Amino acid sequence: MTFVAKPRVHHPRLPVNEIGLTRRDYEGSVSTLCAGCGHDSVSAAIVQATSELSIPPHRFAKVSGIGCSSKTPSYFLNKSHGFNSVHGRMPSVMTGANLANRDLHCIGVSGDGDSASIGLGQFSHIVRRRINMLYIVDNNGTYGLTKGQFSATNDKGSTSKKGVPNLYEPIDLVTMALQLGASFVARSFSGDKKQLIPLIQAGLKHKGMAFIDVISPCVAFNNHSGSTKSYEYIRENSGSAMAADYVANAQEITADYEPGTKEDVNMPDGSVLRLSKLDASYDPHDRVGALSYVMRQQEKGDVVTGLLYVDPEASDCHEIMNTCATPLNALNEAELCPGSDALAAINQSMR
Amino acid sequence: MPMQPTNIFDPNYFHKVVDCQWACPAHTPVPEYIRLIAQERYTEAYMLNWDSNVFPGVLGRTCDRPCEPACRRVRTEEKPVAICRLKRVAADNKGDLKDFLPAVPTQKNGKRIACLGAGPASLAVARDLLPLGYEVDMFDKDPEGGGMMRSQIPAFRLPIEVLQEEVDLIVNMGVNTHYGHEVTSMKEMLDRDYDAYFVGTGAPRGRDLDIPGRAEVDDHISIGIDWLSSVAFGHTSKIEGNVIVMGGGNTAMDCCRTSLRMGADSVKVVVRSAFEVMKASDWEKEDAMEEGIPIINNRPPKEFVHENGKLKGILFECVEPVKGDDGRIKYVPTGEEDVFIEADHVLMAIGQENHCPWIERDIGIEFDKWDCPILEEDTLQSTNPKVFFGGDSAFGPENIIWASAHAHKAAISIHLFCSGQDLKTARPPEGVNLISTKMGVHEWAYDAQHDGSERFLVPQADKRKTLSDVKLEVELGFDRDLGSQEAQRCLNCDVQTVFADKLCIECDACVDICPMDCISFTDNAEEADLRGMLQAPAENVEQDLYVSAQLGTGRVMVKDEDVCLHCGLCAERCPTNAWDMQRSVVHVPQLGSYAELDLIASAR
Ligand SMILES: Cc1cc2nc3c(=O)[nH]c(=O)nc-3n(C[C@H](O)[C@H](O)[C@H](O)COP(=O)(O)OP(=O)(O)OC[C@H]3O[C@@H](n4cnc5c(N)ncnc54)[C@H](O)[C@@H]3O)c2cc1C
Ligand SMILES: Cc1ncc(C[n+]2csc(CCOP(=O)(O)OP(=O)(O)O)c2C)c(N)n1
Ligand code: SF4
Ligand code: SF4
Ligand code: SF4
Ligand SMILES: [Mg+2]
Repeated sequence: MTFVAKPRVHHPRLPVNEIGLTRRDYEGSVSTLCAGCGHDSVSAAIVQATSELSIPPHRFAKVSGIGCSSKTPSYFLNKSHGFNSVHGRMPSVMTGANLANRDLHCIGVSGDGDSASIGLGQFSHIVRRRINMLYIVDNNGTYGLTKGQFSATNDKGSTSKKGVPNLYEPIDLVTMALQLGASFVARSFSGDKKQLIPLIQAGLKHKGMAFIDVISPCVAFNNHSGSTKSYEYIRENSGSAMAADYVANAQEITADYEPGTKEDVNMPDGSVLRLSKLDASYDPHDRVGALSYVMRQQEKGDVVTGLLYVDPEASDCHEIMNTCATPLNALNEAELCPGSDALAAINQSMR
Repeated sequence: MPMQPTNIFDPNYFHKVVDCQWACPAHTPVPEYIRLIAQERYTEAYMLNWDSNVFPGVLGRTCDRPCEPACRRVRTEEKPVAICRLKRVAADNKGDLKDFLPAVPTQKNGKRIACLGAGPASLAVARDLLPLGYEVDMFDKDPEGGGMMRSQIPAFRLPIEVLQEEVDLIVNMGVNTHYGHEVTSMKEMLDRDYDAYFVGTGAPRGRDLDIPGRAEVDDHISIGIDWLSSVAFGHTSKIEGNVIVMGGGNTAMDCCRTSLRMGADSVKVVVRSAFEVMKASDWEKEDAMEEGIPIINNRPPKEFVHENGKLKGILFECVEPVKGDDGRIKYVPTGEEDVFIEADHVLMAIGQENHCPWIERDIGIEFDKWDCPILEEDTLQSTNPKVFFGGDSAFGPENIIWASAHAHKAAISIHLFCSGQDLKTARPPEGVNLISTKMGVHEWAYDAQHDGSERFLVPQADKRKTLSDVKLEVELGFDRDLGSQEAQRCLNCDVQTVFADKLCIECDACVDICPMDCISFTDNAEEADLRGMLQAPAENVEQDLYVSAQLGTGRVMVKDEDVCLHCGLCAERCPTNAWDMQRSVVHVPQLGSYAELDLIASAR
């Protein structure tokens, strides 16, 4: 919580994007979270990523559930559409928003409690349904807002602030998403914006659901020495399998890299996602391989980060349902109610 | 070579961050006095100024204000804080100074000092030395003290009462004044066997212009500074006909504005060079133009046109500035016909020079080819060890604030000299104290909140009145209310962001919150490279980078001091208090027991 309001002035040489806005135009109100909360860094990464994409702020929809993490949409993209829904129900509301207006860029923010406990069912189904959105979980291994109970992603044996160990097996949302058919799965760390920002950009450009599990330390309840989601633990025990770089203009691509170590993935809008393999044996298009790699590393106590799986040709919900290209909310009355003749024709076709 | 961690205990490091104080020749603690004004503690604000610059009331109206172009606010927004005019707010609203003035011992220390000239430089030397028990004799040819502050600066910019009060404040500390005493021989002065001499006689000679017709029209020509002083002392009360003021400096601006008030039919300023390169400060030019005085540029004079010694006017060549290959401006004729401008009287304001024929050249005081004394720069000692120089007499014409700054330096030297100490090694050191302003979890001992207001304008008196009365002050000054609003614009650049690397967990919270993108966590590198690797490019190389020791991840924290608002948000957001907002108090070497006054003031 901060009492000094953040001034409007900004660095005189702050870059402007293609539509003449600075990063500051993508900010929200000043955070009320604890000083040092990882979630604030995720918000800052979203601000940076979205401003660099030069998408007008009002073309975003941001939806969340309940939790400290779910409060964060207030802290970015002030001038976008937003809905702070109920606990674990971000996916339903986001589904509705995206169905009604497929042209919006959808960002869902949730927590580990919000998605892996009360909202686990919703999480599974939105992955299956491939809603065209970026789904971010600010994963701190705790119920931050309700003062530090273990969440479902907290590792077995990891301790509370007072030293009490967690007795239950953790849920890993990354492996779940892979199993459920997600077409874009990544893990990152709030303290590593270099990795996180391009992932957010790629996720927003990806068609279908892009899921990023962001480990985001809770400085108040889960940043002590017995925690496996602290700044220190993650810095020491995480390794990236695949670094991603988002390249807005495909023209810039040069092919002078060693074969097998880099790969350019074409995104639907002509931009490019450039992958660099940090582990040469890793294949980001092999779902089963990814699953076993992540689980093997987990066994060793290592947290794998980076872009873990991507299928650039995947379809999204609208494609699956064959909806019209015009967003539903933009259809006029004549298009929505084509009249009794049209209805009769439909009925006839089903006889 | 990657950058070394910054040594924040180097007295100059944080001093440089306080841009205004660093730029002020006397290093006035500007943000501290501005805070005192905001707290309506005008007397303390005045004394803080008096301590470092000696003439707050005068300077609050007339200072050349090198601090203002340096003010951080120019870089973060656009217009500087009205530092100078806030000084005047302190002076206008101060209360009784009695309790604050230094005590002057009645028991003298036995050393006698002669101050030659009674301008700001000599007066400030006397003020610094008197509390230490020195006996000071001050000699001036003028009937009163104040030097050019009295003889040159017109009363519509500096009311005589304001000057008188500040001259008296010093004289009443016990200066033995010898007014109306022209020193005609330095040798004779040295024979009087003072323990030390301070020469503060200024740069009293105005330049003349040797072009055809000059000698014939002598009656119609005045040297600007001589004319202004004869106005100041009441020997001249009017000027008639059409007046041309030649020159583009502040003297020219004072001459033209004074002429306008003294009855001239028309007044024009003609300058040989371009408008942009004129020596006069922007605000002086604006004030003159605001009063309807045309400034005609790129017109070097060719000839005085006269009929049998009666001036008709001046013939000017037409030139234009052209940038040469070496980047320097040259003036080349435009080919237009010469212009003739009518004139009945010409005021010559084309510069001043040092000139002391009364200092014999065989008494050990050596001069350079510009007639300036050869001085030891750190001590202001001349080649005669007993004789010190300061103010305009030292290095040529400057201004009042430089005179004060020289005076502090010379006073230290004189004191060391008279007590048999080494003038260089025994000087009081520079220093810095850092005091945390943290009062509670989200409470700071200063107003951290940034105020986005634009610079407030200083109200002026009715032009119809000021243009007809040479003594009526044009500026009314900020009242208390405007003053406190303007004070809020100051960014408190002396409240420093102090970083404790051992506490930082590299959570990025400070990076994310900083409104100005000052803070980066990055791999270390050579300074030139590092400057390009930050959140925002650190292109202003005049401003330092604050670099930490290596952190846990192997990176370093780098803060670009350039556009920091000192808003404290980094410290508010840091979960571990790795940032703290600490007030830096710079200790500028100066004699006198009241030098720590700012500490006393803020402890109250
Ligand atoms: C027209 C004009 C306007 C100015 N306006 C400003 C302004 O707005 N702000 C600013 O900061 N500065 C201004 N200045 C400059 C400023 O006045 C000087 O830089 C400053 O006064 C220098 O101080 P000083 O003590 O060195 O010398 P001075 O102020 O010049 O004082 C020298 C004194 O020595 C006396 N003296 C000289 N020779 C002898 C002798 N042989 N025997 C006895 N006495 C002698 C003189 O009578 C004089 O009183 C202005 C200057 C001029 C000419
Ligand atoms: C239906 C419902 N059940 C329980 C709660 C209480 N509650 C509020 S936030 C929260 C947990 C949030 O945890 P997480 O999603 O991890 O967010 P964090 O605060 O850790 O970011 C719970 C259980 C609630 N608000 N609504
Ligand atoms: S903002 Fe205030 S402290 Fe900073 S340079 Fe300007 S006047 Fe000085
Ligand atoms: S005080 Fe801190 S947050 Fe504020 S501008 Fe300076 S570095 Fe940034
Ligand atoms: S907020 Fe504090 S702990 Fe976090 S990175 Fe900044 S200085 Fe370090
Ligand atoms: Mg949580």
